[in-house]
Amino acid sequence: MTEQTLTLTAEHLHARDLQSRFPEAVTPDSRKGYEGYLVKPENLVEVAMYLRDEMGYDYLSSVTGVDYLTEGKMEVVYHAFKSIGGPALVFKTQAPREDPVVPSLVPVYPGADLQEREAWDLLGIRFEGHPDLRRILMWEGFEGFPLRKDWREAYFEEDGKPFKSRWPDGHIYRCEDKISFANNVDYPAGFDPEVWAPDKDALLYASLARFKKPDTSDAYTDTVVVNMGPQHPSTHGVFRVVVGLQGETIVALKPVMGYLHRNHEKIGERNTFLQNMPFTDRLDYLSSMSNNFGYALAVEKLMGVKPPERAEYIRVIMAELTRLSNHMMAIGALLNDLGAFFTPMLYALEERELILDIFEATAGSRMMCNYFRFGGVARDLPEGVLDKIHDLAFERLPRSIDELDAFLTNNEIVRARGQGVGVLTPEQAIAYSAAGPVLRASGVPYDIRRADPYSIYNRFDFDVAVRYHGDVYDRFLIRIDEMRQSVRIIQQAVRNLPAGPIQEGKPQYQVRVPAGESYGRVEGPKGELGFYVVSNGKPNPWRYHVRAPSFINLTAYETMCMGNKVADTVAILGSIDIVLGETDR
Amino acid sequence: MMDGKGILKGMGVTLMRFLGTYTADMSWWFKHNFSSRYYNKAGIENRMSKDARGIFTVQYPEEKLPVPEEFRFIPFLLYEEGENGEKKERCTSCGICAKVCPPQCIWIVRTSDPETGRPVPEPKEFYIDVDICMNCGLCAEYCPFDAIKMDHDYELSVYDRHARNIFDHEKLLKSVSYYASIRPANYAREEAARAEAEAAKAARKKPA
Repeated sequence: MTEQTLTLTAEHLHARDLQSRFPEAVTPDSRKGYEGYLVKPENLVEVAMYLRDEMGYDYLSSVTGVDYLTEGKMEVVYHAFKSIGGPALVFKTQAPREDPVVPSLVPVYPGADLQEREAWDLLGIRFEGHPDLRRILMWEGFEGFPLRKDWREAYFEEDGKPFKSRWPDGHIYRCEDKISFANNVDYPAGFDPEVWAPDKDALLYASLARFKKPDTSDAYTDTVVVNMGPQHPSTHGVFRVVVGLQGETIVALKPVMGYLHRNHEKIGERNTFLQNMPFTDRLDYLSSMSNNFGYALAVEKLMGVKPPERAEYIRVIMAELTRLSNHMMAIGALLNDLGAFFTPMLYALEERELILDIFEATAGSRMMCNYFRFGGVARDLPEGVLDKIHDLAFERLPRSIDELDAFLTNNEIVRARGQGVGVLTPEQAIAYSAAGPVLRASGVPYDIRRADPYSIYNRFDFDVAVRYHGDVYDRFLIRIDEMRQSVRIIQQAVRNLPAGPIQEGKPQYQVRVPAGESYGRVEGPKGELGFYVVSNGKPNPWRYHVRAPSFINLTAYETMCMGNKVADTVAILGSIDIVLGETDR
Repeated sequence: MMDGKGILKGMGVTLMRFLGTYTADMSWWFKHNFSSRYYNKAGIENRMSKDARGIFTVQYPEEKLPVPEEFRFIPFLLYEEGENGEKKERCTSCGICAKVCPPQCIWIVRTSDPETGRPVPEPKEFYIDVDICMNCGLCAEYCPFDAIKMDHDYELSVYDRHARNIFDHEKLLKSVSYYASIRPANYAREEAARAEAEAAKAARKKPA
């Protein structure tokens, strides 16, 4: 109790600190349901420096924009954390909607790089001083900013679901039959798609040219640009890496993504709150339970509901099973990338299969679980499933993790390909907002389940896995460590699972979400998965943003690869463990 | 310490796995009255259990994994079989499924009384665009009349999706007994709740 009051006063001190330090530039955000501070754009860099260096908020987790159409403002929202743990400090800055210009925070927090590019791409917020402000998810030459509230997609029907055309007069038609392709597409002035030829990514290649001129002292080497992907078996999907090479050594690297982009966030703003739940499954489709978890937390925070005990335990069991299945897949895929073609992968997949059987029996689907509801879960564990989980957690999984460990950990090829490759120092990992296994393999013991506990994680006895070399090999080892810890958590949860209801109140399909903002984050298998939701009291969220770990972890990809050989890009990418459904959203 | 011991140990694991494919089959053979571990229910169940050793894969389509009761794939509409074989639909065309559907793939035309123009509780047309359906099961979860449920039949591939993947009223209707056969536990639970509600209703009527 005293400890709590102590930290609380410390927070207050900080708050007063920030305001007394910048009385002109910083005002508390007084809108109802909002938290944090509003910072004037011209003082933003200064304030961010102060936050990072004086107040210890060294980890900028999420950067995103919100289009307040009715107020004519564009707002950029930053969520900063301390890497030693604790709650968020939210700060925001506003700019007029016609020409939103905000100073870039990349010089202070390099982890803002890809996220600011995303905000520019989708919302049209210009970040002054950003080193490489290009579109990232849409293609260069795309007209408009799709996340703006007045932007309409092809086949647009209405601003929010449910659409009126479905009931009571739902005379069916197919969109494809009704709308010819040309009708709903705006081309820029003077643009003719018939004669247009792509510019061969001139801007992209220009951005690569930041590296220094080659050293010509003994032998002149040309820099060669190599495109890996988008159709490359090592890229875990449609993902492209452009590398600048001198000989075999990487001197520049740019990730190119967005091939799977479907504007998940725009879809989310058309949906009602509940309708988003099955859509979150499709983000990181290997760990849909965790995605459900994060989104449920964000909306529950706004609604002010708490799930009953039994639901909390079931949630934790499901989230940890998801982590196990995800790490099995990640290790299998990493070994594939290292050239151990499919033997380790299939051994890992066997265990994953057993976990997916549990999901199928409980949620109804192996991967697209759609299992969490606001204030509970969709249904109770069916008969026999708890025994299955029990058997897995106490017998099968510990054994198979040991086998995987014995099979791979001391393998000389894994070590030769992994040790000292793709190193990310702890300082870099924090600066680049790396999350999850990537951050912890670099020696930063930051796990949200401990650093900023959510749900009932503070009741379980487990260790935060941490490794200190920050290389590919450690990122492999940390996943084995984490699986062991997950098994421990599941064992405790299964033992203590209480009886009782699984849903707070009556299940509702139209939930009432009061106006305000909230940020719910969970320690997903790939890192910090955050959902930033802004509600204006209507059935559809005004803003729905996903802080996708496999997207933001790519910010550090260039740094990890620099100076390594080209073949190592594959191993390093495998060790980050991305899923393109989440990267591209 | 790059002396190759790690590789040898790893190869030992693969060797044990390889030999395990034979020993698992053989021990099954002896324990189960010389019946095969493949192409029968007990064998498939063994391969899905925590004791699964050896060959894990299932020879689809000759073998099929049993689907659990909660498995969901494409909604269907329920009708009760009347005494003379007529179909009594449960759907009242209230439209909750169409409203809750995340990809908005349910289309309903409500019936109106031709004379008064007031709505009649049964659908005139009911379409589900199966190409768009994401199998989330929210329609079945929130239907107040237990009229729409998720199916178990997952083999739906067709050659012509434009013509055949919009399921109409006719195609969507399935009998309650079919539902009871694929989801016995859910069916029993719902029937019990219904009986309880009716009893409560009757009890409320009596004093008046």
